[in-house]
Amino acid sequence: MANKISLTGNDTAAYAFKQAHPDVAAVFPITPQTEAMHKFSSYVANGEVETKLIPVESEHSAMSAAVGASSGGARAITATSANGLALMWEIVYITASLRLPVVMALVNRALSGPINIHCDHSDAMGARDSGWIQLFAEDAQEVYDNLLQAFRIGENSEVLLPVMVCYDGFVISHTQEVLEVLDDKVVNNFVGEYDNPNSLLTSDKPLTVGPLDLQDWYFEHKRQQIEGMEKSRKVILDVAQKYASLSGREYGYFEPYKLEDAEIAIVSMGSTGGTVKETVDALREKGHKAGAMKIRTYRPFPYQEVKEVLGDKKKVMVLDRAPSFGAQGSPLYLDVVSACSQQPSMPKIVNFLYGLGGRDINMKQIEEAYMKVNDDSEKPFDYIGLRD
Amino acid sequence: MSNKTWKEVPIGGTIKDPGNACEYSTGGWRTYRPVWHEDKCIHCMNCWVYCPDASITAKDGKVTGVDYDHCKGCGLCAVVCPSKVQAIDMVLDRDEE
Repeated sequence: MANKISLTGNDTAAYAFKQAHPDVAAVFPITPQTEAMHKFSSYVANGEVETKLIPVESEHSAMSAAVGASSGGARAITATSANGLALMWEIVYITASLRLPVVMALVNRALSGPINIHCDHSDAMGARDSGWIQLFAEDAQEVYDNLLQAFRIGENSEVLLPVMVCYDGFVISHTQEVLEVLDDKVVNNFVGEYDNPNSLLTSDKPLTVGPLDLQDWYFEHKRQQIEGMEKSRKVILDVAQKYASLSGREYGYFEPYKLEDAEIAIVSMGSTGGTVKETVDALREKGHKAGAMKIRTYRPFPYQEVKEVLGDKKKVMVLDRAPSFGAQGSPLYLDVVSACSQQPSMPKIVNFLYGLGGRDINMKQIEEAYMKVNDDSEKPFDYIGLRD
Repeated sequence: MSNKTWKEVPIGGTIKDPGNACEYSTGGWRTYRPVWHEDKCIHCMNCWVYCPDASITAKDGKVTGVDYDHCKGCGLCAVVCPSKVQAIDMVLDRDEE
């Protein structure tokens, strides 16, 4: 059964990747992702996993090599952060468009500039519309669980989309935590073999991948991509159910916390989800009906389920860790607002931007923000932790 | 253009039938179509020689017509047709409903 071990978030990612036995790993170092693939490459060097490791010369090449490998029928992985993801950009879209279920560990870091190596979600939010499935983790355990499930989700024949498993730089990537891991055999059976029906290397069925696609068919292929993303909704739940039967850990689109009777719900993503839950406990002790929702699947966004759970709340406060310059609010806020807008009586939804460039967030600050919402004294665009 | 919907074509734009370029009718790109008048034609074969898409059809040294599946309507045939002959007119193409 399950074993408890102590690993950093990055070492956890490497451990999960090792157990998922990818055929190809195309990697380039960037802080704070570096240790994940550093550790993975030592597994390869020690013969603990049979993976062809391609140490490329840039992230653009890393993503390209993963695309080539995946097109050839290989299970391919990569990992990056912030500016690395930005350099992959062109191929990030191509991976999704070619329907290649590459799995990427995205260690969330603020995109430059000014240059910064610490956590926020601006890298992941930029890739929001690239066609990748995006899962967010709160801690090392969720990094492990999300990564293993990512293969099953992306490689499902109805989905065939790449999956980005996002976890907060340093806060998760460099923090040592105790987590439960599954036996290699159990993971092996769960993840299974990747069987690409359209492999370039199937010599009796020659095939062209990535040809020019103009006015006559591009639109249809994009519609197929939308369908793959829509079909992933059910697959995400099915895979979570199978995974729960092996691990005892249950996952859905989001984690609700004391939401049922909550009057004010706090929505967040990533490591802050844990701080928010602690804050909810503290607020409950003071007699406030607080609740929390920690989003796990950001793409596809579970708008139907979010509406069902948040639609009847008095107030909702959404904590965003990336700005959307010039928009009505930050990305997560906009998604929550549009989900709840289908509700006849919409809750009051307010947005707080926090934690840019790795600025810490603590319980006291979240509680203060909560009290502002409670007293209707928050600003239309409000911030947590900003010197204002 | 085929009437197939997004549900019926290979995903990701993959091409599963090699060497299928011959099935692609580039005639759909045309704005003007050459109309060949057999009664005026002196079969000098200028159009047949100049056509960049080999879309002037001929048999036994005589022009027989235009391959509209591949003619892109560049109009070169009408230009090289001797001025005293003018056996080819360029007319605005319409969708064949």
